[in-house]
Amino acid sequence: MKRTTRPLADLAPGQSGRIALVGGPPEIRHRLLELGLTCGTLIGLIRVAPLGDPVELSVRGYRLSIRKSEASSVVVEAD
Amino acid sequence: MTAAPRIAIAGNPNSGKTTIFNALTGLRHRVANYPGVTVEKREGTLAGANGSITLVDLPGAYGLSARSPDEEVARDVLLGRIAGTRRPDGVIIVVDASNLERNLYLASQILEFGIPTIIACNMMDVAEQRGLRIDCAALAVALGVPVLPLAAARGIGVEALRRAMDSICEYIPPPRAWCLSRPFEQAIERAAAAMAASGATLPRATRGGALLWLCDYLSGERAARASAERYLAKVSPEPANELRAAAAGLSHTHEDPTAAAIETRYAWISQIARQAVTRAKPAGEQATPSATLSDRVDHLLTHRFFGYVVFLGVMLLMFVAIFSLAEPLMTMIESAQSSLAGRVADLLPEGSLRSLLADGIIAGVGAVVIFFPQIGILFLCLAILEDSGYMARAAFLMDRLMSRVGLHGRSFIPLLCSYACAVPGIMATRTIENRRDRLTTILAIPFVTCSARLPVYLTVIGAVLPGGIWLKGLMLFGLYVGGTASALLAALILKRTWLAGPQPAFIMELPAYHLPQPWPILRTAWDRSKVFLSHAGTVIFCASVIIWSLSYFPRLPESEVPNVRTAAETNTAGSPAAQAEDSSEEDDAVENHAAAAQLRNSFLGRLGQAIEPLIEPLGFDWRIGTGLLSSFLAREVFVSTMGITLAVGDADSGTHALREKLASATWPDGRRVLTPLVGCGLMVFYVLACQCVSTLAVVRKETGSWRWPLVMLGYMTALAYVAALLVFQIGSRLGIGA
Repeated sequence: MKRTTRPLADLAPGQSGRIALVGGPPEIRHRLLELGLTCGTLIGLIRVAPLGDPVELSVRGYRLSIRKSEASSVVVEAD
Repeated sequence: MTAAPRIAIAGNPNSGKTTIFNALTGLRHRVANYPGVTVEKREGTLAGANGSITLVDLPGAYGLSARSPDEEVARDVLLGRIAGTRRPDGVIIVVDASNLERNLYLASQILEFGIPTIIACNMMDVAEQRGLRIDCAALAVALGVPVLPLAAARGIGVEALRRAMDSICEYIPPPRAWCLSRPFEQAIERAAAAMAASGATLPRATRGGALLWLCDYLSGERAARASAERYLAKVSPEPANELRAAAAGLSHTHEDPTAAAIETRYAWISQIARQAVTRAKPAGEQATPSATLSDRVDHLLTHRFFGYVVFLGVMLLMFVAIFSLAEPLMTMIESAQSSLAGRVADLLPEGSLRSLLADGIIAGVGAVVIFFPQIGILFLCLAILEDSGYMARAAFLMDRLMSRVGLHGRSFIPLLCSYACAVPGIMATRTIENRRDRLTTILAIPFVTCSARLPVYLTVIGAVLPGGIWLKGLMLFGLYVGGTASALLAALILKRTWLAGPQPAFIMELPAYHLPQPWPILRTAWDRSKVFLSHAGTVIFCASVIIWSLSYFPRLPESEVPNVRTAAETNTAGSPAAQAEDSSEEDDAVENHAAAAQLRNSFLGRLGQAIEPLIEPLGFDWRIGTGLLSSFLAREVFVSTMGITLAVGDADSGTHALREKLASATWPDGRRVLTPLVGCGLMVFYVLACQCVSTLAVVRKETGSWRWPLVMLGYMTALAYVAALLVFQIGSRLGIGA
């Protein structure tokens, strides 16, 4: 089965995927990596904030909130 | 004899680090700030088997790169790079058992510094509830230092940790157990050798220090690079060149060595976690584990409707608490202050010393202490919100709105607090990590209509605005809207111009909810209030004494004080009987006229007269000018100063005599001073001007220099002046409200 890659921001609430690439400016890329968003890590989108931004993620057993603009620089392989 | 051993406590934010610090030190601790930054420095002592131990609570950090001031301070303390602070002899790394992998990232970085280490695996109870079993013995084997299980919130394991601290020197961590690529390792060796030669870093810490330095230097991030450059500036030129050469070599072979190091470290951590963590439920690897209680609470609190209902309720509660709970305490402080001043007045003869003590020093202390209830309650509320995990959700809910004006979700609560008072609002900005966001919020806050503006607005509206209660109410509402709008506009403009930079990231952990514990919360609130009292308090006190002396000196010679007879003649024209009846009122009137003459002659009054040409285009006379100057102490002082200059005596915003006098005061040529138009201009001035010494003092404290308070004072005063000028000039050309 061929897996499709797409930006993390495009996942629907409840969906998850494996991180394929973390892009964006170095400040954001390195911070996200430090927080455990490394390649191959399973990540799920829990919910979108009521006003449409930011999003809540589940990664390595904890919850993280980032804006959609940052989430779009993370590419995941959707399950 | 050697000094007491120093042991640092490090860990991620929300790992329960402070709970452990509190449990170990009890009451014996003190709080200050690290030099130049508003990162809290908490130190405490505890009795060990071999004498007392100093415990240092490091700021929470996710990693040791200089990505935030907190993380930079944590690293510099561990490496002994902070002036006046000795390198710790040991470190307790607190890791959250329910969130082991991310916590081990920081832990593994610290282990590479070679400082004797104990790992406190905290929140074992929470991990167990989530079906995670942590094998501390396996972790200890993998990491090479003792790993103790704790549930510090319930007091479990704290005693064992205390005992283990006595032999911490024996637990020297092994060198890094995982490998990077060959060129990377060579670069680290070269940089480590240079660091060892420079002598600025402990020999055991050089390899860990070298890896960190290379990652910072080549990160492509401004803050991290600047921090790496600062290190180079401190070592002698030869090792500095060697370090640069090592970095240059590494940049040829690796496009992003920082990312490579993080990825490799995490790969090793995942491997350790697989050995040490077993899941009781056969859920396997799951991104969205079954709903915990925290998840269910979260579902409600971030709901698109109920989420905001709860949010508004919480904010309202906090606002009411700051406003009303503090009120009786503030009244008590005020009455204590006036009774103390009264005592002094009874004991001392009339004169400069009595006035200095009563109106200068006691009033100055009062001006500082008066903030204590508000600040204390605010810090209590913030500690509860922070500790329970709700603060992060509030930011999550509000971020979209705040991002419209270029701010962070975390800016909302400080802005809201500022409706009570800018001082607690500015102090609340500490929860904003990004410095540029924090500065923008601080610079926008003084526009928000604080409670001290209210007496000014009420007095002026009451005195000069025609129309019924609705029009007056509408005017007051307009002033609040104006303040809010200018705060948001200021933030927007600052973020677009002066403080423009890359869109700051909103990357925030949403910690699991937990019931806040009363004791640590009270302690945090108390500690922070004390720091406020000692730092900002000094400036507020000095300003108070200075303004007192400006308004007291020079004294008028006796002969020039309007005397009883002339005043009585001008003031009473009735029958002798009526005159006798009114004698106490007469005395007051005489005293009031004397006070008015005195203030007019004082430095403050002269200053008011000196700036009259400057403020005349705004329609203000010297009396309003004097009021403006004196209200730097606190805006509401305007009302009492106007009371003195207009010879009304003790006045507050409800004094009808003051309103009448204000409305009927005239220029020498007989024109009314405070026409409705001038009143509007005056209020517009108060909406925009930074007429508050306390605000400036607290900005000085929070930003660490006089630069920002001066900038704030300058641009807000200029703005207020221009706006009031426009109101008066345009209004009078159009013939409005003359």
